[in-house]
Amino acid sequence: MKKRILAAVLSAVMLAASAFGCAQDGNKQPASGNTEAGDTIKIGGLAPLTGNVSVYGVATNNGIKMAVDEINKAGGVLEKQIEYIVYDEKGDPIEAVNAYNKLVQDDKIIALIGDVTSKPTIAVAQKAVKDRIPMITATGTTADITKAGDNVFRACFIDPYQGELMAEYAAKKLNAKTAAIIYDNGDDYSTGVADAFEKEAKEAGITITNKEAYQPGSVDFKSQLTKIKAGNPDVLMIPAYYSDVALIAAQAKDIGIKSKLLGADGWDGVLEKIDKSNLDAVKDCYFCSQYSPENKDEKLQNFLKQYTEKYKSEANMFAVLGYDALGMMAAAINKAGSVDSEKIIEALKNLEYKGLTGSTTFDENRNPVRDAVITTIADGKYKFVENFKK
Amino acid sequence: MGFFSQIVNGLGLGSIYALIALGYSMVYGIVQLINFAHGDIIMVGAYVVYVILVIMNLPIWLAVLGSIIFCGIAGVLIQRIAYQRLLNHDAPRISLLITAIGVSIFLQNLFQLLFGSDAKSMPKMFSFNSLKFGTLEITSSTTLNIVVSILMMAGLQLMVSKMKIGKAMRATSEDAGAAKLMGINPNTTIAFTFGVGSALASVGAILYCNTYPQIKPIMGGLLGLKAFVAAVLGGIGSIPGAMLGGYLLGVSESLTNAYISSSLTDAVVFGILIIVLIVKPTGLLGKNVREKV
Repeated sequence: MKKRILAAVLSAVMLAASAFGCAQDGNKQPASGNTEAGDTIKIGGLAPLTGNVSVYGVATNNGIKMAVDEINKAGGVLEKQIEYIVYDEKGDPIEAVNAYNKLVQDDKIIALIGDVTSKPTIAVAQKAVKDRIPMITATGTTADITKAGDNVFRACFIDPYQGELMAEYAAKKLNAKTAAIIYDNGDDYSTGVADAFEKEAKEAGITITNKEAYQPGSVDFKSQLTKIKAGNPDVLMIPAYYSDVALIAAQAKDIGIKSKLLGADGWDGVLEKIDKSNLDAVKDCYFCSQYSPENKDEKLQNFLKQYTEKYKSEANMFAVLGYDALGMMAAAINKAGSVDSEKIIEALKNLEYKGLTGSTTFDENRNPVRDAVITTIADGKYKFVENFKK
Repeated sequence: MGFFSQIVNGLGLGSIYALIALGYSMVYGIVQLINFAHGDIIMVGAYVVYVILVIMNLPIWLAVLGSIIFCGIAGVLIQRIAYQRLLNHDAPRISLLITAIGVSIFLQNLFQLLFGSDAKSMPKMFSFNSLKFGTLEITSSTTLNIVVSILMMAGLQLMVSKMKIGKAMRATSEDAGAAKLMGINPNTTIAFTFGVGSALASVGAILYCNTYPQIKPIMGGLLGLKAFVAAVLGGIGSIPGAMLGGYLLGVSESLTNAYISSSLTDAVVFGILIIVLIVKPTGLLGKNVREKV
């Protein structure tokens, strides 16, 4: 019996290994015929291409691949073609570290784009700091990631930044004097944004009338909303994901809350979760996001169109950030004028990159500084309001 | 005024628990089975409303009627297919319980397969102006929940105490063998009980959709569990007990959310259950029951 189990495990491992090998070959860029060291610029990638969070990984990876193709067509980096080598880490920190070791030791990459979700990214960043590999995570939002070391950068906003940004927006643009917050007590994103919003709002002179928590999975928010209503705040901040937002907004309207609603990028997708008959619940809302498909920028519109043609699905935030992350790295290598890690890291620190998400520089914590997009909902559609920078 | 608003919020939520608790209570009363699939009947009812109202775009009265009838039939079918043979062969209670869990998992997965696992949004269903008493404002959905749940309980109580089928139900619950000798068909009676219980769950589902316009295949799980707690709290087997349990649960949830902490809601709810069961093991209105159906 034991032998049989062992055989089954072994064959499973072998099968997985061969599948792994195929995936890797398939993802090597066809443009790079010659794989000898020195003839191409090798950039590694880590993404969950299968598993629970594969939706994010696949989109990010697609965005990165489009950037690679585009740069290679235009002549590459330092007059060499980029060779993008990506491994599937299935959303698992241990797999991610193994894949990272493979990238560094076997493939001898000079820079890394990845990982996609926060936990594996933190694990990989610890290793990358020791190897001094220049690394950009496209979408890892946890603040700690870039604190690992000065070679770790990110292309997306961190959670607290969005809270601060919306507090500032409420004070400056909406002239809010009072605000309330309702947030998911069991979710890091939600609590992170809520805390940052509260702190920044107080500094901007806004009185917080109520800060109410709810449990993950709740559907009834009336107790919390009744308390909020009594304070009659100018704005109500809801830093949650779109499904919860749809329920909270509908109930807030139901009990007669008239405040403007604020949110962060978790709101993206709320329109699909709210029925037309309830749309007036979100008629007076403002939420920030990293980019807006409504933005008429030519480069962005081209990207969205090409992406849909190539992958037969709509590009989302992950694809856009993946594209920009690779673009940043390529720009930094060009600026450094060599493949030396220290020079690339130095170049990234002083980089001013203009991509799909707008013009980006990095702050002292290697987080991006750029305009956020403020979006509202009107006539059942997302509507671009303005760019806003803290 | 805030305090009264919170009480009213709790009653609105509690009404939905109460309607579902009635189904648990009736089925337990007649076959001593905790029908764990009952929570998922709510989900089925909600999806039927979704199909008729949103996908087929038909009028709302049809959706309500369709959902109630569909759930009633589904309840009878589940009893016939899953439980009847076990009951007739006097299978151990534990087999019935496991079967009920199986039915619950089956329904959840079936609906995930049919509709996908993500949440679906529901349209606004019934809407009228809020009632106002001074500064106290009761929203249309809360008013509807409370009124409908009271009407349903009154109707059910009337049926059980006055109608022939109600008498048959009480007889079967007291002694199925003796009832059979008196010319009552226990199988039909039990199936009818399941049907009525499921139809009530569907009414609960409709009120739920109207109050919380979002449904998903796993929504029945926690809702069913809370309703079960309500039934036990009030005294399982007792109709007014199920209602009382539902209201009590809703109000204590609402007050905990408002005045203590949302993270303690479930702790308070189950704490109340434990205390009640220690002091009065049969539940608040559960006597050494004659009125069990």
